[in-house]
Amino acid sequence: MADIVLTHTKAKPQLREATAWDQVKHNRNWLGFWFMLPAMGFLIFFLAYPLGLGIWLSFTDTKIGRVGQFIGSENYEWLWDDAIFWLSVTNTLVYTFVASAIKFAIGLYLALLLNENLPFKAMLRAAVLIPFIVPTVLSALAFWWIFDSQFSIISWSLKHLGIIDYNINFLGDTTWARICVIFANIWRGVPFVAITLLAGLQTVSPSLYEAATLDGASRWQMFRHITYPLLTPIIAVVMTFSVLFTFTDFQLIWAMTRGGPVNATHLMATLSYQRAIIAGQLGEGAAISSAMIPFLLAAIMVSWFGLQRRKWQQGENND
Amino acid sequence: MTDLPTTRIDLKGVLSATAPTVAKDDHSEGMSYLQSVPRRLVTLYLPLSIIVVILLFPFYWMALTSVKPDAQLLDMETYSPFWTWNPTFKHFYKLLFESHYPRWLWNTMYVAVGATMLSIIASVLAAYAIVRLRYRGANLVGGLIFLAYLVPPSILFIPLATVVFQYGLFDSPLALILTYPTILIPFSTWLLMGYFKTIPFELEECALIDGASRWQILIKIVLPLAIPGLISAFIFCFTLCWNEFIYALTFLQSTQNKTVPVAIVNEFVDGDVYRWGSLMAGALAGSLPLVILYAFFVEHYVSAMTGAVKE
Repeated sequence: MADIVLTHTKAKPQLREATAWDQVKHNRNWLGFWFMLPAMGFLIFFLAYPLGLGIWLSFTDTKIGRVGQFIGSENYEWLWDDAIFWLSVTNTLVYTFVASAIKFAIGLYLALLLNENLPFKAMLRAAVLIPFIVPTVLSALAFWWIFDSQFSIISWSLKHLGIIDYNINFLGDTTWARICVIFANIWRGVPFVAITLLAGLQTVSPSLYEAATLDGASRWQMFRHITYPLLTPIIAVVMTFSVLFTFTDFQLIWAMTRGGPVNATHLMATLSYQRAIIAGQLGEGAAISSAMIPFLLAAIMVSWFGLQRRKWQQGENND
Repeated sequence: MTDLPTTRIDLKGVLSATAPTVAKDDHSEGMSYLQSVPRRLVTLYLPLSIIVVILLFPFYWMALTSVKPDAQLLDMETYSPFWTWNPTFKHFYKLLFESHYPRWLWNTMYVAVGATMLSIIASVLAAYAIVRLRYRGANLVGGLIFLAYLVPPSILFIPLATVVFQYGLFDSPLALILTYPTILIPFSTWLLMGYFKTIPFELEECALIDGASRWQILIKIVLPLAIPGLISAFIFCFTLCWNEFIYALTFLQSTQNKTVPVAIVNEFVDGDVYRWGSLMAGALAGSLPLVILYAFFVEHYVSAMTGAVKE
C-alpha cells in the first residue's frame, strides 16, 4: 500500500499542465531553435548582413573613414565607362573558363589513371592531393620564384636545351603573365577535381565494365557510355564549385602579380580590393564585388540542376 | 539512465561495420590482365608520372631554394640549379630568430584553432537539429546553409571590413576568429549532416524511451558514433583557416598580429635579390604543419572533401 501511495505522489507533478518553460525545453520547434542559434548567429551577423550591406554600400559613395551618402547607381555608371573594370571582367571570364576546362580535363584524366590497379596507390593519391593542402599563397610564392624574370628555372632549362636563347619575362609580359597565373590555378585545382571524381569512379560497379568487355566495347566506348553517364552528377557539382572558386579567386593573383602587368591579370576580386581597401573607395569596390553576384547565381543554378538530375537518376528516396 | 554508457559501447561495436566507412573497396582488379605491360607503361605509368612530377615540383623547388646558399641561388652556371651539395640552414635561422615568424605562426595557429572550435560546436548543434529534430522549416534552413557555402569571401570582405571596424575588432585576431566561421560552418554542417544521417534512428528512440534528453542523446550517442566525421570536419576547417588570405589581409594591420600567409607576402617581399632563400623557407615552414597533419589523417581528409561534395 505504502509503495503505491509513494509512487502516486511522485508521479503526480508530471501530470501538471505544461508550462511555457516546458514548451521551450521540450517542444521540437523550440529545441530546433536553440540548437540552430549559434550557427544562425554567425551566419546572420557575418554573412547575410554583410551581403546586404555590400549591396547597399555599392549605392553609396562611402570611403574609408567617412560615412557615405546614397548616390543611386552612380558607381555602376562610373564602372560602365571604366575600361579597367571591363578588362577585369574579361580577364575573370577567360581565367575561369580556360582554367576550369583544363582542370576538368586533366582532373578527369588523372582520376581515371588513379582508378587503375596501381602499386603504391594510397601513397600516390596522398601525393596528388598535396597542392590542395598547402596554403595557396605559399605555393603561389613558389610559382613566383619559378616564373622569376632572371632566375627562372624554366628559362634556364629551355636555354640549356637550346630551345630559346633569352630569358622569358614570365610575369612581366601581359600574355605570359596570364598564362602563368592560369597555369598556377590549374596546378592548384587539379587535385581537388581528380580526387573527388576518383571517389565517384570508385562507386561504379566493375561488373558493368566486364559486361561491356564481353560485348566487345572499346575503352573509349566504355568511358563514353558507362563511366561518363554515371559520373555526370558528381561532375556537375565538382565543376560548379571549381568554377565558383576560380571566378572569385583572389589570393593566387595577389601573391603572384597583384593584377599587373598593366592590369593584365586583374580579376574582379583583386580590382575590388585595390579600389576599396588600397584606394579607400569602399563604395566603388563594393559595386565591383556586387557585380560578381549575377555570375555566381548562374553557377548556383547549374549546381541546383545538377543535384536535381542526381536525385532523378538514383530514385526519389535517396538521403 | 545508468546503463546508457554500456549500451553505447555495445552498439558501437555492432555498428562499426555499418558506420561510415572512409576507404571504399578497390574493385578495379580483375580485368587488368587484358592489358599488356608495354601498353600500360605508355598509357598509364608515363602520363601519371608526368602529372605527379609537375604537381610536386614546386615543393621540391621550394625546399631546395630554402637550403641553398645565396651564392648558388643566383649563379646558375657554375652550380647545377637542380641540386646543392652544401645545404645551409641560414635562411631558417634568419626566419626563426631574426624575424617575427614564430609570432606569425602562433597567430595563425591561435586563429585557426579558435575559429575551428567555434565552427564545429555550432555545426554539430545545427546539423543535429536539421537532421534529427526536424523542426518546422528544417529543410529550408538546410538549403539556406548550402547556399551560404556558395557565398565567397571575395564579395564579403568590403562590407565585413566596415562591420569589423564598427564592432571595434579591427586589427585583432578576434576579427578573424569570428569571421572565419562563416566559411567553415556551412561546409562542416553539411559534412556532419551526412554523418548523422548514417546513425540509425532506432538508437535515439531507445534513448528517448529510457528518458534521455535531446542533449544527452547528442553527447552520449550521436557524437561518439560520428567521431570520424568530427575529425574530418576539424581537419578540413583547420586547413581552410590556415589557407584563408583575403580576410586576414583586410582586417589585420600591425606586423605583430599578422598570420603566416599575409605576413610572408607583405613583410618578406623587399627589393633584396637574396630574399628568395628566406621567402621559400618561410613558405615551406608555413606549409609543414598542414602537411604533417594531413599525412596522419589522409583518409579523413579525402572523406571530408568528397563527402561535402556528395551531400
